[in-house]
Amino acid sequence: MDRLGTFALALSLALAAYGATAAIIGARRGRPMLVESARTTAYSLLVLVLAANVIMEVALLTNDFALRYVFENSSRATPVFFKVLSLWSADEGSLLLWNLVLAGYIAAVAFRFRRSRPETLPWALAVMYLVQVFYLILVLGPTQPFAAYAVAPPDGRGPLPLLQNHPLMAVHPPFLYLGFIGFTVPFAFAIAALLTGRLSDAWIRTVRRWVLASWIFLTIGLMLGALWSYGVLGWGGYWAWDPVENVALLPWLVATAFLHSVLLQERRGMLKVWNLSLAVGGFALTTFGTFLTRGSILSSVHSFAQSPVGPMYLGFLVVVLLGGFGLIAARAWRLRSEARFDAVLSREAAFLGNNLCLVLITLVVLVGTIFPLLDQALTNRQVTVGEPYFVETTAPVFLVLLFLMGVGPLLSWRRTTLDGLRARVATPAAAAAATLVVLAVAGMRDLPAAFAFGLAAFVLAANGQEIVRGVRAFARATGRRLVPAIAPAIARDRRRYGGYVVHIGVALAAIAITASSIFALRTDVTLTRGQTARFAGYTLRYTGERAVQQPQRRVLIADVVVTRGGRPAGRVTPSLNMYPSASEPIGTPSIHYGVLKDLYTSVIAFDENGNRATFRFFLNPGVMWLWVGLGVMALGGVLAAWPFGRRRGAVPAEPRVRELAEVAG
Amino acid sequence: MSDASSEATARHPTRLGGRSAAAVWIPVGIVVLIVALLAALFAFGLGRNPTVVQPVDLGKMAPGFQLARLDGTGTVSLGSMRGQVVVLNFWASWCADCIVENKALQAVFDRYRDQGVQFVGVSFEDQSGTARGFAKQMGMHWPLASDPGTTTAIDYGVTGVPETFVISPDGHIVAKTIGPVTYPELSEQIANAIPGGA
Repeated sequence: MDRLGTFALALSLALAAYGATAAIIGARRGRPMLVESARTTAYSLLVLVLAANVIMEVALLTNDFALRYVFENSSRATPVFFKVLSLWSADEGSLLLWNLVLAGYIAAVAFRFRRSRPETLPWALAVMYLVQVFYLILVLGPTQPFAAYAVAPPDGRGPLPLLQNHPLMAVHPPFLYLGFIGFTVPFAFAIAALLTGRLSDAWIRTVRRWVLASWIFLTIGLMLGALWSYGVLGWGGYWAWDPVENVALLPWLVATAFLHSVLLQERRGMLKVWNLSLAVGGFALTTFGTFLTRGSILSSVHSFAQSPVGPMYLGFLVVVLLGGFGLIAARAWRLRSEARFDAVLSREAAFLGNNLCLVLITLVVLVGTIFPLLDQALTNRQVTVGEPYFVETTAPVFLVLLFLMGVGPLLSWRRTTLDGLRARVATPAAAAAATLVVLAVAGMRDLPAAFAFGLAAFVLAANGQEIVRGVRAFARATGRRLVPAIAPAIARDRRRYGGYVVHIGVALAAIAITASSIFALRTDVTLTRGQTARFAGYTLRYTGERAVQQPQRRVLIADVVVTRGGRPAGRVTPSLNMYPSASEPIGTPSIHYGVLKDLYTSVIAFDENGNRATFRFFLNPGVMWLWVGLGVMALGGVLAAWPFGRRRGAVPAEPRVRELAEVAG
Repeated sequence: MSDASSEATARHPTRLGGRSAAAVWIPVGIVVLIVALLAALFAFGLGRNPTVVQPVDLGKMAPGFQLARLDGTGTVSLGSMRGQVVVLNFWASWCADCIVENKALQAVFDRYRDQGVQFVGVSFEDQSGTARGFAKQMGMHWPLASDPGTTTAIDYGVTGVPETFVISPDGHIVAKTIGPVTYPELSEQIANAIPGGA
């Protein structure tokens, strides 16, 4: 098994190296056949890397403990489901998956451009193959997933308890990988554009949808990570500003900026250097993220155990930064903008503001994340940068972003007349004002929260209004009734409506984040059996502890009966899970999800054989809307990216409709 | 394409005239400088081991203890070792990483036993029978103690095992390692704690 796996990886490395060489020579000497062979190599590469992954899965499922990776991350008692996941529960295996996703992206690019070949394709393929060469060297050299023992141990150590505690672990990392690695594609095409000097908008059009796909995957990955943190870790929150959470957020912010700024380049020929920088920066940030996670330069709950790959990642990061930004500095910075801003009241200005805000947040979070390192390098102190820094620095910028998200769709390209704006801003402004009045009457005295809620209402109303306006204009122009016009109207301009839907999702998420971070309640109580505690209108009675023996763990469950206003409201059953390989029990919270608020319970400890238990109760308002909002964002992204609608569902655009679109847009 | 003009300039940088060399190299130089600074910072980060933590109580007095020895031959107390460097190791028979660190711990013990460095192993949340068996199997030849009620571990803020503290001759905590120790790190911590260095 181990030989077969290593052999598959070695062959993959040879193929990737060949692909890069063939693409470069083919492009330089103008040999299309060589380029074509470089393109089709992607398929064989995918098959081989897939084979290596399958071999590891087979070894995991058949308890082949002769493989060190299987011994360290699986055991006979591990349920099959978690055995499958063990592929990506530790450094070596997850690098196998990383290679697989990367090979998948290269194959997807090879397939997507099988007929229409952008001139930059050979160079882009070469860049992607070189990235793959790096990651294949990692699994063949310093981290060896297929390292084997001479004699197979009888049983394995089992996966890390925290990772086998919840099925969400199954999907969270793969989605993040899909998002991270997707940045290789825009990076490769940006580098190709820089190398060939073809710095027109072509590369932007080529990569836009790939970036959108990455953005969707990252959005879902971040959402699943937050869900996991909330539903599994038991600390009552969903985002801790942990370094590794931050480095997943950074590329997402850059991708969001890119998706907006490309529109400025496409429509007005502006921000060319900026867009190249975002493509390079996004990829560099994902590389930085993996370096941080796997090179263990910062302590984090996510860091893999000490890993020898750190210096190699550092070298790779330096190559990416020097190559990418060096090329931009050498070749592209002279690129001229073809247009200037006509007016402050224009959509261009809103987009520019959006980009400045997003990049500002990116920098602020990046600085906060690496500050402990910087401080230790300069003063030899150890500090941690916590939530207050991140919240205080980013919250105001996020609020400005929220404002732009509402106002941007109301502005026209180039110039908006005050009268035109006044007509379109009336409803959203009224919605915001009404929200503020209602909140004031309801007795809310927290100004920042009220401000955030008002802005969110503004965004919801503005984007909702623009969707309705667009559909109504389309219905009028095509002589349809309003409801039947919805689908074709949206199909005609999915990118725009997808964007509006994402904005609505962001507004919902903003409401949830504001509510849950400002108005959450929390208490710690120790209860003896039969005792009750009162918390936020709930009466909670501890009725005792139960133990359940499962194959891989022992679960101690606390039963708590909940009553509210004298009426029974079910029970909560937080638990502690004891894994044989862990020194500490791992808690599982029990959550009563609600539309307006969640009752969230963790058990911290049992005493006196379960006669006493210490609980932590949280009342988290609005968290449900975070999941809804993030889901809506992902849906909006899919709506904008969906590749088939244009051909299948499109309506031939009558001239009148096009005129209308200009008016509406 | 509306971009034709800029594309031409990008492909023919010489068109910009005599200043073009400097115009290219200045921005490239700035990029190189920034990347070099970042790389230096991250290289520093790599040289650092995040499992060696500097606890809040670093430099504070080590909490005293007097514990029954695991083999029933009396007690171990921190006070009686004042004037010597003490390596205080929390371990358990059920802890996989304690097996991992055992070799390194042995080696450091052998290296420093003649230089007046005292090792103390405190068993953590364990049954004394299994703990004794484990210690024998692993060949832990330094004083081992049990910690009824986990009070000593709590005093030291132990979050799990293994955790290893280095205490200076004047009774201050000078180093702490969470997780398995390694030979070079623990040696260095001890060397720094010995007065005058070693």
